[in-house]
Amino acid sequence: MSAPSKTDSAKRPVRLLRNLNAKIASIPMVATALVVFIGCTTWTVVHSFTSSKLLPKLDFVGWEQYDRLWGTRRWLVSIENLAWYGVCSMVLTLLIGFILAALLDRKVRFENTFRTILLYPFALSFIVTGLVWQWILNPDFGVQQVVRDWGWESFTFDPLYNPDIVIFGILIAGIWQGSGLIMVIMLAGLRGIDEDIWKAARVDGIPTWKTYVVVIIPMMRPVFVTALVLIASGIVKVYDLVVAQTSGGPGIASEVPAKYVYDKMFASQNLAQGFAASTMMLVSVIIILIPWAYLEFGGKKRG
Amino acid sequence: MDNAITPRGPKPRRRLSRANIMLYGTLIVVAMYYALPLYVMVVTSLKGMPEIRLGNVFSPPVEITFQPWVKAWSEACTGINCDGLSRGFWNSVQILIPSVFLSIVIASINGYALANWRFKGADVFFTILILGAFIPYQVMLYPIVIILREMGLYGSLWGLVLVHTVFGMPILTLLFRNYFTAIPEELFKAARVDGAGFWGIYFRIMLPMSLPIFVVAMILQVTGIWNDFLFGVIYTRPEIYPMTVQLNNIVNSVQGVKEYNVNMAATLLTGLVPLIIYFASGKLFVRGIAAGAVKG
Amino acid sequence: MTSVLVKDLTLKFGAVTVLDNLNIDIPEGEFLVLLGASGCGKSTLLNCIAGLLDPTDGEIHINDRNVTWEEPSGRGIGMVFQSYALYPQMTVEGNLSFGLKNARMPKAEIKERVDRAAEILQIEPLLHRKPAALSGGQRQRVAIGRALVRDVDVFLFDEPLSNLDAKLRADLRVEIKRLHHNLQNTMIYVTHDQVEAMTLADRIAIMKGGIIQQLDSPTEIYNRPRNKYVAGFIGSPEINFFEGRIENGVFATTGERFSLEGYEFQNNGHEGSAWLGIRPEHIVSGDAAKDLPVSARVTIDIVEPMGSDTLAWATLAGVPLRIRMDGQAAVSSGDEIHIGFDPSRASLFDKTSEERV
Repeated sequence: MSAPSKTDSAKRPVRLLRNLNAKIASIPMVATALVVFIGCTTWTVVHSFTSSKLLPKLDFVGWEQYDRLWGTRRWLVSIENLAWYGVCSMVLTLLIGFILAALLDRKVRFENTFRTILLYPFALSFIVTGLVWQWILNPDFGVQQVVRDWGWESFTFDPLYNPDIVIFGILIAGIWQGSGLIMVIMLAGLRGIDEDIWKAARVDGIPTWKTYVVVIIPMMRPVFVTALVLIASGIVKVYDLVVAQTSGGPGIASEVPAKYVYDKMFASQNLAQGFAASTMMLVSVIIILIPWAYLEFGGKKRG
Repeated sequence: MDNAITPRGPKPRRRLSRANIMLYGTLIVVAMYYALPLYVMVVTSLKGMPEIRLGNVFSPPVEITFQPWVKAWSEACTGINCDGLSRGFWNSVQILIPSVFLSIVIASINGYALANWRFKGADVFFTILILGAFIPYQVMLYPIVIILREMGLYGSLWGLVLVHTVFGMPILTLLFRNYFTAIPEELFKAARVDGAGFWGIYFRIMLPMSLPIFVVAMILQVTGIWNDFLFGVIYTRPEIYPMTVQLNNIVNSVQGVKEYNVNMAATLLTGLVPLIIYFASGKLFVRGIAAGAVKG
Repeated sequence: MTSVLVKDLTLKFGAVTVLDNLNIDIPEGEFLVLLGASGCGKSTLLNCIAGLLDPTDGEIHINDRNVTWEEPSGRGIGMVFQSYALYPQMTVEGNLSFGLKNARMPKAEIKERVDRAAEILQIEPLLHRKPAALSGGQRQRVAIGRALVRDVDVFLFDEPLSNLDAKLRADLRVEIKRLHHNLQNTMIYVTHDQVEAMTLADRIAIMKGGIIQQLDSPTEIYNRPRNKYVAGFIGSPEINFFEGRIENGVFATTGERFSLEGYEFQNNGHEGSAWLGIRPEHIVSGDAAKDLPVSARVTIDIVEPMGSDTLAWATLAGVPLRIRMDGQAAVSSGDEIHIGFDPSRASLFDKTSEERV
């Protein structure tokens, strides 16, 4: 070690220069947080109150864009689709994810193989997912044709060509892609539960299914909440899947809000409509997040 | 071990109990369902068009042909370009490498600063960053177009790299911050007493200890960026469209006769990179998504 | 000559005051132990001295140099941590030389210092191993070596033995004492273990709530604790307390009156409510007790034999009483025995201020 310098370091250093390197290293984070997440979001919300068409401009028109938005059939269809897709996908993904995790948690042989097969769809993009299921659900060659070939001539299963049920055709693909993730999270949650709980339940003579319902699921509340938030924030963003699988068709039967936003902003040069629609998406995410944050932090206080 | 007292009642039969048959039966059926699309992709891509028109999606190929793969890779058309998916593949590679590198470098240093060199206000920005991960991208799409245009990067490869770096930051920073926080703080203190500074500790102490988390971050980013569609379609020009965008344009193009075998070959080609990473990385992939999903 | 001087040191985390206006003057070569329960601020104080935490107010001087805002590496200190904090990817040699390399010392000198430290700590055969291949005791030796090679005047120890098992802890404790004896460096040692504190220290600073309760030699702290907290904290088994009043040189408690003949009052003629504390090992039992100024007959409730000595529980003046007896003492529960103590061995504390009177 070099001899310590003889100068006194008695003066309190300038606050800004303390930890200077850490501050420099954090510039990208600060810039992202301020410019992109806060700045860009605010910009869009502000411009949703203008009449911007091809180019953004600041001539405020109040709630006009929102009035028009909620008077547009395509938007209403999008919202309705998202609601159906959202509710179904949330319930089914949670259910399937939990059941699969519970099955795998029963000390199954080849657990890794099963898990690998159930999770691989999550590695694939929504585009690939959408295109594969578009092909499988093709009425001339896919599932419908296979069943007809077996002899059931009148069997009809063409969700992608039937406006009434097209969103469920997308749902099939979405659940196939995403349920593996939820299974893995649930499995991690199940593994986090103390072995002794199971032993205690066995000593008390509680049947396995009842142990799950009465003991395990209540203990996994935080895991369920995390899974729910994850599914929910994914649902709002649904876009690629629809583009790949149906392009919003037939007609406008499978439109979703994210696609509405994209089309308004980048295809039909109606910027402010796009801004208003995306602001509505933001609002819905906030509505989902607030109860979650309440549960998280409220729960911590109680604990 | 011999026990004087033998247990009463019949010894429970192992393997083939009814519960086990149900359990494994269910799992096998479910696994087959999940594996089906991959199977369909493979068999369709190996059939000729006449065979497809006669059969159904599940029937295995009678005559295996690799022609669809060749065509998908080098001849398939998007608009007026007919040089196949290979263009999209190389575009994706060119986007992927700098994006993954840049986002991991920035996020790891960032996470390190947050974990070990806490300064006033850092937590505020970090909270904004994490909450920002929940904002729908649609809200930020257009202003970013303006920012990129001002920087002269709109439509370019580097513009997309920047976008991927920015949107990868919340999850990666969280990942690295949590990892570095778990390293005993005394190690960091010891290094400071030993005279190592911000960069010295990062490179000499933290980096060599953190290779697993870098691999996890890499898996996360490679699959995430490779699978991106939205940013690719918005922030790049058609000549440098990433593979997913080009794939969608090939398969969903309205012109010409649909060549399902070529389409499935193209789809499989696009899915190949993340699939290889998935099957090769095994547990680390699971760890990556679990780290991303369950917040620390 | 003063080696380390802590002047009016205060540290606050937000509204919480962790260290409250501390002043310590540590002469060169002293072995000072900071002792206290967890959360008392002892480790925080050590981290402030090391420069790993920025104080809110006050100054720290090392070797007559104000180092309050100096980097840890520039303060002339070496530090040993509880979890050893060895760099896992470096060999023992790499661990020892890391600080010297950072200071850009010539290679030959680094080698010389590493070799000397390895020799002192007898870890030469381990130099090319990684920490993962070492036992807990070996790791802690390497950690001490890392402080040793820096050739500094002040050593800081942050609970260095707490992660070791009981036997190893006793061995290394002696070794640290020997090291101090040979090197004669200033050492500041944080622990929650009173045996470590008593055996190692020249002086002990007992801390509670960010304040030093007493800073004295081990014997002084043991015999003349300055307040009730210190009296209760030091000593095992714990000191016995009686609540009562001091009246005319007599301590009156429920149903008993203890003579205070021979007790050294801080200032003469203290009267009023007070605590009387007497250590279990200062209570005499058997016939010898009859001649002491304070004596009584008690019935034994429970006996805990511990081999070297025996702890007996009884009740006196309505409170449980611990009596430490010889390991060979033949007592069993239900026995009625004579006990007594010399008031000069007791400690008296004011009822409200809990300060020694």
